[in-house]
Amino acid sequence: MPLPAEVGVAAPVVAIAGAEKIYANGTRALAPVDLDIRRGEFLTLLGPSGCGKTTLLNLVAGLIAPSGGALRWWGGDFASTGVPGRRLGFVFQAPTLMPWARVEANVRLPLDLAGIERSRATRSAIAALEQVGLADFARHFPRELSGGMQMRVSIARALAVAPDLLLMDEPFGALDEFTRQRLDGELAALWAARELTVVFVTHSIYEAVFLSTRVAVMGPRPGRVIADVVIDEPFPRNDAFRVSTTFARYCQQLSARVAEAGAGTLRDTRS
Amino acid sequence: MIGNDAPSRLLRIAAPALIAVLLLAAWQGLVVAYDVPTYIVPSPRVVLQTLIADRALLADALGVTLGIALTALAIATIAGTLVALLFVQSRWIEMSLFPYAVLLQVTPIVAIAPLIIIWVKDTRIALVLCAVVVAIFPIIANTTLGLRSVDHGLLNLFRMCRANRWQVLLRLRIPGALPYFFGGLRIASGLSLIGAVVAEFVAGTGGQGAGLAYQILLAGMQLNIPRLFAALFLIAAAGVALFAATTWLSHAVLARWHESETAAPG
Repeated sequence: MPLPAEVGVAAPVVAIAGAEKIYANGTRALAPVDLDIRRGEFLTLLGPSGCGKTTLLNLVAGLIAPSGGALRWWGGDFASTGVPGRRLGFVFQAPTLMPWARVEANVRLPLDLAGIERSRATRSAIAALEQVGLADFARHFPRELSGGMQMRVSIARALAVAPDLLLMDEPFGALDEFTRQRLDGELAALWAARELTVVFVTHSIYEAVFLSTRVAVMGPRPGRVIADVVIDEPFPRNDAFRVSTTFARYCQQLSARVAEAGAGTLRDTRS
Repeated sequence: MIGNDAPSRLLRIAAPALIAVLLLAAWQGLVVAYDVPTYIVPSPRVVLQTLIADRALLADALGVTLGIALTALAIATIAGTLVALLFVQSRWIEMSLFPYAVLLQVTPIVAIAPLIIIWVKDTRIALVLCAVVVAIFPIIANTTLGLRSVDHGLLNLFRMCRANRWQVLLRLRIPGALPYFFGGLRIASGLSLIGAVVAEFVAGTGGQGAGLAYQILLAGMQLNIPRLFAALFLIAAAGVALFAATTWLSHAVLARWHESETAAPG
């Protein structure tokens, strides 16, 4: 398949050039952002609530259009989902599964909608379920699974299409700390094994440091990117990394950046 | 599981059954004790005897009334679902037509029935039409609500997968609307029977195709109160049976996935 000439190893998967978002009611959700998402990286958008993380992610997903500036996907001017031969995976804050469909049918959904032949789609779905450790639950209904398992089904659904770009919007935010840590570990292993390109939204500093190759720290009012921090630490990362001094140093650094942004807001509200 | 569930299930049948036995016993006792004449309040024993003695006549009447109610329910279900599907195609269609669906609902059937009976030659068709008018609204309202109450996240997912309108309808809206639809169907099942009975009363048709309502009218005029009670009992029993059947159907379809039909997961 012929692709635009500029797509090479160095070309970003998504190039965000001055993209901003102002909603119809005048709320400025996102000030102009310049950000490149590079192939194979795990980029985390980190920040407190209301700093435009989800807005930025939805822009990248092509779910909403920017009010100003531009986004380019794989070097093309297409809408994100319109790039031929390129696939997006999306994991929402909630599992967002069809309660009436079995786990396997839920995972197969994006393939079914794309008109992929049934037996091939089923094979891909089962393979994706194996990757998240839920192959035994293919015939179950979502409500028969725990919250953590439902989230893993949701991840399997995103993986089933073999996405060129995987977008995750606080996928583990609603889970308890133990489940979240376990799923973070599984996600890090998946990322390393599949050479995925991931954009991940979270408000947990620990989660951001543990998972990411790069963290974009965002600040509120208006939402903007205030720092771009590379987490230079080899994979696989395990629980030993969580208690290392390097980990603590990164957390401290990010925490300081988030606090700076927050302090700015506090001054704003006082004046 | 069994130790926890079995008594409650048994109780759910036993408790109302016990109440029924107590009420019937009290009724029988009071009628006998005060020597109430049969043409005012017949005892349950006499009603039962009448049910057996008049079984041919009453069974025919029950068949006629149930036939009308079931035909009307089927038509209301199909037509109501089609109207709901039409409504969700665009807000404009719904905005323009929904008031008329409400109008149909709020106008008492006894007021429209004479007109329908005059306009439609075939009495049976007229009666079915009356019952449809009564039964269709909950199907329309519930199914429309269900088709609209689609999970926003799932809709976004479908959009990201470039699903077309048809795929969204078949794979997302219709399955999601099923619990609402069955809620409407349960209400409509009772209403179709009420509609059939009311229409029969208004029409007052006798002869071959006489339903239970006509038997009640006739029995009342003849002061055949035991038969009136027997017919009344059959109407109530038919209503309960219809409700039970639609409840069972709803359970059969939704049991595995919907909260309303399952106990909380362990």
